[in-house]
Amino acid sequence: MQSFGRKDTILLIVVALLVLLAPVILNPFPQASSLAQFNAGYPDLMQRFVIFGIFAIGFNILFGLTGYLSFGHAAFLGAGSYAAVWMFKLLSMNVIPAIVLAVVVGGLFAALIGYVSLRRSGIYFSILTLAFAQMSFALAYSVLTPLTNGETGLQLSLSDPRIFDPAATGSLPTTNLFGIDMRATTTIFAGPWEFQLNAGYYMSGLIMLVAFWLSIRIFRSPFGMMLRAVKSNQQRMSYTGLSTRPYTLAAFVISGMYAGLAGGLLAAMDPLAGAERMQWTASGEVVLMTILGGAGSLIGPVLGAGFIKYFENIFSKINDSVLHTWFGALPDGLETALVTLVHPFVGKGWHLTLGLLFMLVVIFLPGGLVEGGRRIRGVVGRRNRKAGDPEARAASKQPAE
Amino acid sequence: MTKATFTRRGLLRTGAATGAGLAMPTIFTGASWAQGQGFTNAPTGDTVTLGFNVPQTGPYADEGADELRAFELAVEHLNGEGDGGMLQTFSEKNLDGTGIMGKRVAFVTGDTQTKSDAARASARSMIEKDGAIMISGGSSSGVAVAVQGLCQEAGVIFMSGLTHSNDTTGKDKKANGFRHFFNAYQSGAAMGPVLESLYGTDRRAYHLTADYTWGWTTQESMQAVTEDLGWETVNNVLTPLAATDFSSYIAPVLNSGADVLFLNHYGGNMVNSLTNAVQFGLKEAQANGKQFEIVVPLYSELMARGAGRNIAGIPGSQNWDWKLENELGSRYVGTNAFTQSFGTKYGFPPSQAAHTCYVQTLLYADAVQRAGSFNPCAVAEALEDFEFDGMGNGPTLYRGADHQCFKDVVVTRGKENPENEFDLVEIIEATPTEQVTYEPDHPMFAGGALGECNPGA
Repeated sequence: MQSFGRKDTILLIVVALLVLLAPVILNPFPQASSLAQFNAGYPDLMQRFVIFGIFAIGFNILFGLTGYLSFGHAAFLGAGSYAAVWMFKLLSMNVIPAIVLAVVVGGLFAALIGYVSLRRSGIYFSILTLAFAQMSFALAYSVLTPLTNGETGLQLSLSDPRIFDPAATGSLPTTNLFGIDMRATTTIFAGPWEFQLNAGYYMSGLIMLVAFWLSIRIFRSPFGMMLRAVKSNQQRMSYTGLSTRPYTLAAFVISGMYAGLAGGLLAAMDPLAGAERMQWTASGEVVLMTILGGAGSLIGPVLGAGFIKYFENIFSKINDSVLHTWFGALPDGLETALVTLVHPFVGKGWHLTLGLLFMLVVIFLPGGLVEGGRRIRGVVGRRNRKAGDPEARAASKQPAE
Repeated sequence: MTKATFTRRGLLRTGAATGAGLAMPTIFTGASWAQGQGFTNAPTGDTVTLGFNVPQTGPYADEGADELRAFELAVEHLNGEGDGGMLQTFSEKNLDGTGIMGKRVAFVTGDTQTKSDAARASARSMIEKDGAIMISGGSSSGVAVAVQGLCQEAGVIFMSGLTHSNDTTGKDKKANGFRHFFNAYQSGAAMGPVLESLYGTDRRAYHLTADYTWGWTTQESMQAVTEDLGWETVNNVLTPLAATDFSSYIAPVLNSGADVLFLNHYGGNMVNSLTNAVQFGLKEAQANGKQFEIVVPLYSELMARGAGRNIAGIPGSQNWDWKLENELGSRYVGTNAFTQSFGTKYGFPPSQAAHTCYVQTLLYADAVQRAGSFNPCAVAEALEDFEFDGMGNGPTLYRGADHQCFKDVVVTRGKENPENEFDLVEIIEATPTEQVTYEPDHPMFAGGALGECNPGA
């Protein structure tokens, strides 16, 4: 059994610093430069980074530890979103009740689906969760329209009761945390750079850190060890007289609560819940995030989430006219040729680029981005050792026996 | 377990660093550019950024692509490039090709994916990252309603593109949102008399309806109108927007006792459902001793192109058609000017989606010019109860009570023998404005409130 060690503390501090400084780190290019296109430091995207980070961390507790591949996690995220928006409509625009209910609903929903799905393992489990998620999607999309507003999505309106808030007049109220507006953004100008510090982002970031810390605790706990044991050989565990079901169900519910939390936060940042949040493509996305980042590692899923969201939001906005300004300095024929060449990979073709990168990662870095990082560190470390330590070099020359 | 040790020196160092960190923001005392002028994304440099948020993927992707072409053309004309298009025929002469209020127009684009969620994310990034002062586009009412809500909260103007649901300027109307396109109620009001003259007063109707706000209100409007004619409604079946095969929905129609099928579908949906209906032989079928008929309440050239021969003889309504001025005279001036410059640039005539987006961009630019400010509240005031002409629809009113445009509605039908691939629909009539005007508190539009204009920041 491992405990929460020094390494974990360092990792947590590094992540905390990254979250704190993200508005600066993600805006490396001056606002007026043509590379500003690649800046990701605006509130909406940063919020998405940390919220989908939470989603992926939760998914990783199930998939990374137990190896149970759920293809229906988006259903919990969607349920959490709907719960949160209903809280905004009925109770108050304060985000606390919304987030709490979102987590509870995510957990309950996961308990229900997990109880049934976990009777099978492997591919059957995946198919069951996929079926449940698609059922939830269909319900939200059309059958439960009075509850979910169908395709249009659940939105706030002026006539909502909101019993704890003063009656809204004129404009729609905005989500807040005891008076701190989630939309409130302070822009800092530093020379040609612009950094946006957003209240909603920092709240989500803080919750992400707590979620991350909790996931480290779970990874290092005896419970986490049991989950790993399920992954390595569930049959042997059964034969030793252990019932694995309570452990897997607990992991499933916990990761469902993480998904509910992410859904609630999404609604808290932008009070709208759409059925497409529950679609199988959304469930597939979190699987991609986790695998891309490195399943079973602590930080991997967060990196994967950031990677995919970056592509979705930044690459999809590069259009032909942007390409023309990039290659504008080149001769006309070359410019057109380059634009035609790049065109299928940007704009609406961002899926293609992402797919190619995903393939490269899975083929060459089966452990995801985290493995990439480890390899780079390994190479650098080896070089340092070689340069600085003649004994080590001599040792490495020793023939193997 | 970790043990924290505090030393005097360490504490001092940490304290100093924290203090410096906290003081940082005050060193760069940039009052946000937004706050400087009292509204979100007030343009400061010599350019102004507009955000064009259109579906580039999903069932409405064709419409989105055409909208984007129109936006590019509008920006060209505002910046004084090209032949000026409708700026020559527009009744207001405030725009002189030097951009908007002397600022050159720049634009950013995004993909709504025909999903409310993705559309809002894309619009938010335009507002937060690119500093867009106005958002336009959209080719689905679900998306339009969602993005309109976002623009209201963020404090920018939303000039909706193709959105035909009653709710956009009905129960979901917002003070910052404006719609030039017509709506489901107006389609019904225009098509009623035409349906009566084509198919009589004793008919039984079956509705297939796209399952979202636009489908619901279109179906409601068509049912109300046809029941006024004395028709009977047999059934209304809701179909998912993401559906691509409608066979299972079409199969029960023939045995239902209906003799008219309403396809309350748009874009790729309609192309697929109509193709299925024709494959099932509905067009040749007889029911109740009458010829079976198909009606598509909202029509477009793009859909006609997608559906090909199947569209022949099927009636529907449109906001605008590129042949309007040629066939119905100079009341619809502006049509030819726009078709001309669009055709020169892209090699084919524009769709109604392109037209409404082009017009919305010019109307916004003109309103800013007249208001003398980019402030959304000033712009909204300039647009409210604004009357104009020369934009291809004849005399038009932007009603202040619900931010809906009132103008003639075009009733069309698929051509039996099209001469070329762009001339697929024929105009039956242009229904005059009076016939499609309704009170702002009409029951189909009741339940919402504009609220107050929000300048944001």
